[in-house]
Amino acid sequence: MDDIITARDVRFVYDNGEQEPGTAAEPVLVLDGVSLAVRQGEFLALLGHNGSGKSTLAKHFNAMLLPTGGQVLVRDMDTADEEKKYEIRRTVGMVFQNPDNQLVSTIVEEDVAFGPENLGIEPAEIRRRVDDALKTVGMYEYRTHAPHKLSGGQKQRVAIAGILAMQPDCLVLDEPTAMLDPRGRREVLDTVSWLNRERGMTVVLITHYMEEAARAGRVVVMDDGKIRMEGTPREVFSQVEALRAIELDVPQPTELCFALRRRGVPLPEGILTPEECAEAIALLMEEPPCR
Amino acid sequence: MLNGITIGQYFPGDSLLHRMDPRVKLVLTFVYIFAVFIPQNWLGLALAVGFLVFSVAVSRLPVKLVLKSVKPIIPLIILTSALNIFYVSEGVHLFDWGFIHITTQGLVTAAFIAIRILSLIAGSSLLTYTTSPTTLTDALERLMKPLKVFHLNVHELAMMMTIALRFIPTLVEETDKIMSAQKARGADMESGGLMQRVRALIPILIPLFVSSFRRAYELATAMECRCYRGGEGRTRMKQLHMNARDGACIAVMAALTAGLFALNFIVPAAL
Repeated sequence: MDDIITARDVRFVYDNGEQEPGTAAEPVLVLDGVSLAVRQGEFLALLGHNGSGKSTLAKHFNAMLLPTGGQVLVRDMDTADEEKKYEIRRTVGMVFQNPDNQLVSTIVEEDVAFGPENLGIEPAEIRRRVDDALKTVGMYEYRTHAPHKLSGGQKQRVAIAGILAMQPDCLVLDEPTAMLDPRGRREVLDTVSWLNRERGMTVVLITHYMEEAARAGRVVVMDDGKIRMEGTPREVFSQVEALRAIELDVPQPTELCFALRRRGVPLPEGILTPEECAEAIALLMEEPPCR
Repeated sequence: MLNGITIGQYFPGDSLLHRMDPRVKLVLTFVYIFAVFIPQNWLGLALAVGFLVFSVAVSRLPVKLVLKSVKPIIPLIILTSALNIFYVSEGVHLFDWGFIHITTQGLVTAAFIAIRILSLIAGSSLLTYTTSPTTLTDALERLMKPLKVFHLNVHELAMMMTIALRFIPTLVEETDKIMSAQKARGADMESGGLMQRVRALIPILIPLFVSSFRRAYELATAMECRCYRGGEGRTRMKQLHMNARDGACIAVMAALTAGLFALNFIVPAAL
């Protein structure tokens, strides 16, 4: 079994609930037949603008939402199976946007212990896991601090540690950097990349930042409740016009190369990072233009 | 303007009082609160106060801090003292004017009660100064566990307290932000009469409430994602262990209480 999460033709209808009579309360189709498999050990970026359904899809991965139609399997467990709910949530850990609103305790290490405590793990084992998780995210020195005195990036790393302490197989991060400053964003992304690279942690990163998605091994682009594109960052971001059509940008270096190419500068496709871009342009300048 | 707020007034340290098992500390504080009402004579009261002074010395807290804790209740002490002075009519009359009599007995009672209240407050402040709010909540949860018999969900109460403590600084910070934002739009919060000032709070409280509900919703989601399902089957990372030190503290408190009772029989009552 290579796939940790398998979504099969998932449909999700958001019912506006009991509205007052007279107001048009159309049920909204948020997910419209999404099929996706998350493979063991991969770094998957889920890209889409606001309202594309990417967060809704993520909440299906750990049984926070159940599909209206179709099926979501986590390690062969159906998320609709009420009895497997907590086993699924332990397997697929989730980190949210606002770090303030996911920390429970007034002390960092006690917050990290919250998950394992809920799972009923032995105190000594919890201690070991908490120390390990805090060291992994580089927050061990802050273990006795109060969360509200930490920076946004540090809080978000504590939140990640809180999930790691449950020893999940897969880490789902729902726009974890949206509320952080550039420094905090880098801290969190470096931590996530490191976890994927060094610990083999399966990561699903939900984002609308192209630069973040470019770090992933595979990018899935969503729009209007459907998957529109899928492939390596290079494959996806080379389709500049298709991305623009669904109101998404491409990373700045890619955009620059795209614009230059249109003006007749022979730059290669699929450039993602500023370094690659600079190198490609430098290479062009070395060659004498008229020969 | 809200930065001065400290909750629980915890004063970190490494003294015997800081390292005591919080459950023992909590129980002993309550015992002490009752113990200050035992003495009926000056010697007993001196012993109770002496024990308090000794505890403060052991805690290595600045004396100023302990004195600060009794400051807010000084009006209360003045009031109760006044009542005692005017109402007790036994003893030698020192001053008579109409229905007001000041007697020696009245003054003695007033002083006695004042000292009792002062040591009661100072004693309980020692508890909050030497115990972090989280530890205190934890101790309360463990101590109140037997109340489960009466269908009192102690775990939920403790969880609520923990979350409240966790979010107070966050909400204070948010209030500051909202106030700045409203001031930037020309809200006036510093002038006008009482009614006007209360009305000026509305544009601060409404956004604060709305965002608190959003926070509560997000926190609940995050807690569910971390497999929270109430107190059932939950373990704790930090275990509380009572050791010889705590035993010694219990013994000292027991000796004090016994001593105070004994003194009541030996020394004639002052009241």
